[in-house]
Amino acid sequence: MLLGRVIGTVVSSVKVPAYKGHKLLLVRPERLDGTFEARSYIAVDLVHAGEGDRVLLMREGSSVRDLLGDAAAPIHAAVVGIVDKVTFS
Amino acid sequence: MYLAKVTGTVVASTKADGLDCVKLLIVEPVDEEGRAVGPPQVAADAVQAGAGELVFVCTGREGALALDEVFAPVDLAVVGHVDDVDAREPIQTPPGRPAPGGTPPGGTPPKRRRR
Repeated sequence: MLLGRVIGTVVSSVKVPAYKGHKLLLVRPERLDGTFEARSYIAVDLVHAGEGDRVLLMREGSSVRDLLGDAAAPIHAAVVGIVDKVTFS
Repeated sequence: MYLAKVTGTVVASTKADGLDCVKLLIVEPVDEEGRAVGPPQVAADAVQAGAGELVFVCTGREGALALDEVFAPVDLAVVGHVDDVDAREPIQTPPGRPAPGGTPPGGTPPKRRRR
């Protein structure tokens, strides 16, 4: 999983049926020094995250399909948590 | 999954079983502003996308699940047309500190329910 920041949403009306009813978030992976990677990823929202939230981004298809309860969903990435705090030891 | 722009098509007459009747597109990964951010890739088309369109693609084994033949040897598929992208640049904060605009420090986090 990656630590990332929700930077926005994607609106799509014509899409594969499995995506119907899912909010699509744009998530920018975040490094531990607070900087961001150049590329964003699209992920379905499973935790009602919003713009600006620091989140857990899962990019592993079978786990996402398991969470959605749809073994045939062509969905590869999901936001699976909202991060409150990160500590380093 | 990520945003991409369709920049062309690929025609291959000799293909592996499972790729028959699969339309292949050249897609270029783009950022929220439409700027290219990576090398072009070949993707299977599941939503009848056309050249110049902004789409989103699904990577990995899940790409093939968008096709009629779910066992097709495909690791990238166009799964939706993008109508609109609403995004803004994130504000940099080290992860040890709370994200601006996110859950307020010490405050009661808004109630969130799993769908």
